[in-house]
Amino acid sequence: MIWSVSWRNVWRSKVRSAVIIIAIALGIFAGVFTWAFYYGMVDQRLETAIKTEVSHIQLHNPKYMVNPDMINFIPNIQEVKTKIEQLPSVSAVSCRTVQNALITSAETGSGLRIVGINPEEEQKITDIYTKVIDGTYLTGIKRNPILIGEKLAEKLNVKVRSKVVVIMQQMDGTMTKGSFRIAGIYKTTNSMYDEMNAFIRVEDLRNLTHFEASAGHEIAILLKNNQDVESTLADLKTEFPDLDVKSWREISPEVSLVEETMDISMYFILIIILFALGFGIINTMLMAILERVKELGMLMAVGMNRRRVFSMIVLETVFLTLTGGVLGILLGYAAALIFMRTGIDLSAFSEAYERMGYDPVIYPVLKLNIAVKVTILVIITGLLAAIYPAVKALHLKPAEALRIDM
Amino acid sequence: MKIIDIKNLEKIYNDSEVKVHAVNGVNLSFEKGEFAAIVGPSGSGKTTLLNLLGGLDKPSGGEIIIDNTSVGTLKSSRLIDFRLHNIGFVFQAYNLIPVLTVKENVEFIMLLQGKSKKERDARTKELLEAVGLIDRIDSRPAKLSGGQQQRVAVARALASKPKFILADEPTANLDSKTTENLLEIMEKLNREEQVTFIFSTHDARVVKKAKRVITIEDGKIISDERRN
Ligand SMILES: Nc1ncnc2c1ncn2[C@@H]1O[C@H](COP(=O)(O)OP(=O)(O)O)[C@@H](O)[C@H]1O
Ligand SMILES: [Mg+2]
Repeated sequence: MIWSVSWRNVWRSKVRSAVIIIAIALGIFAGVFTWAFYYGMVDQRLETAIKTEVSHIQLHNPKYMVNPDMINFIPNIQEVKTKIEQLPSVSAVSCRTVQNALITSAETGSGLRIVGINPEEEQKITDIYTKVIDGTYLTGIKRNPILIGEKLAEKLNVKVRSKVVVIMQQMDGTMTKGSFRIAGIYKTTNSMYDEMNAFIRVEDLRNLTHFEASAGHEIAILLKNNQDVESTLADLKTEFPDLDVKSWREISPEVSLVEETMDISMYFILIIILFALGFGIINTMLMAILERVKELGMLMAVGMNRRRVFSMIVLETVFLTLTGGVLGILLGYAAALIFMRTGIDLSAFSEAYERMGYDPVIYPVLKLNIAVKVTILVIITGLLAAIYPAVKALHLKPAEALRIDM
Repeated sequence: MKIIDIKNLEKIYNDSEVKVHAVNGVNLSFEKGEFAAIVGPSGSGKTTLLNLLGGLDKPSGGEIIIDNTSVGTLKSSRLIDFRLHNIGFVFQAYNLIPVLTVKENVEFIMLLQGKSKKERDARTKELLEAVGLIDRIDSRPAKLSGGQQQRVAVARALASKPKFILADEPTANLDSKTTENLLEIMEKLNREEQVTFIFSTHDARVVKKAKRVITIEDGKIISDERRN
């Protein structure tokens, strides 16, 4: 019955309780919604990082990691690829030949990474082909097609079918140049990436640089499941001790860092919100107790012991806090659900976001664990806020409390 | 059978500038089944005496022995338990719990005692029938008149089957008709349950009903008479 008494006591002073409950609900709402928003943002960034930019795992010649030079290649790359394809967790594998180069248009030039790919193979790994906003994915142009990012196209002031010249090193160290025609222009959510990466057919790159047909620089692996990264990584490291094997976390540490620190930042924000609310809760409970001094005196007089009086007040505080908390979580979820459909368009202030690879339209993500974590934090807040009022109540002397005229 | 024995009881309030000798050398004893009134003008020390008897306050001197237990020697946590199992309280201002129904108010103490649901239900019904409020069993106290609330309070005090009941001016907030009604109920329960009632009053009509009248003035017993 103590539970029921505590619950009913919450509603004794309806207006006073409602005020603090609404305050808690708004605070929690803000926290939950922000959390869902960040989950969405980070999930989208992660998707981009894996599906568009780096895949799950990449293999290189260890020397290439120190000096990304053409000569630091993986020999017999097709054999390595065949072996990797046999792993059950692997969805697809792509071999790339990569060369740093200079690209010039009639107007200007820019440094970038030229990636030589097999388009059919690469489509199974990265979704760049879905991001082509003009032209095609290296088809439609017979000789030397090239796919460049929108950002670079703007910089060079070129369009589809424009001619560009690519200058790079040959295997023997001398410089060579090749003229390419823009087959297509792509745009990812990462404008920095778009500026720095252009794609050509691997055979065109070989022709230009006399690079060995059996070799390559980069093997990109897409797995069936995000969860398999660590175990597959370990398998590959044992199978290919001579190669450098890295997961997307190591290749894009900035994305991984955001993902890993997001929860901590959210806890931090929520704890600040709850800390502020805690004072309001303490105040409300002190008022509730002051108003009930005589009743508490009576309860102690008739034989309600200290432990029970304490629990009654703690429960009352937790109920009060939790009511606001649950309301806030529901509001946060409701708002997130609405924006999950429409998305939140940040393009007005997204220049910086896009440079970091974040999608300007954020779709919040709801995870059950947000509700669970917030509920636990709210209960802890209720418990902590209860201590002072409950101790105050215990200090009452029944004989004196009962003499008070109320 | 002697259930309460008070020896040389003293209570001096020291907390204010003036010392108040509220109970001054009281010797008294009560038998099982008594129906006793403590009478005296306002400020004579009735509340103080009842508080000491009920273990709500510590005496400055002397001793109170209830059923072979010297109440003054109990630690405060034991004292709460002692009150729960031995003493029933009725207050001037009724002091029911407003968020509980009549039934729950009566049941509450039995719940603290850890009585089973069956036992609680039976006792609650029995007592609410005795005080004539069985039809208001699910009402909240605010919906009852003062007299009805005090009858619930009497039922509550008896629920725990205490050795005795202390009632500090139980009729002070009631009109004469409800006062009479409440006293009849108390008398009946005193007879039927053989539970000792000790109540304070300064109302002559209440005094008339008592079987024993203890008069107190300036913290001293000045007369103690039994009637039949
Ligand atoms: N907490 C207290 N501190 C100081 N004096 C008190 C306190 N409680 C009661 N008194 C004094 O003790 C005396 C007896 O009071 P009380 O027991 O309330 O008498 P009654 O109940 O007969 O009116 C009074 O003079 C009162 O002013
Ligand atoms: Mg008094």
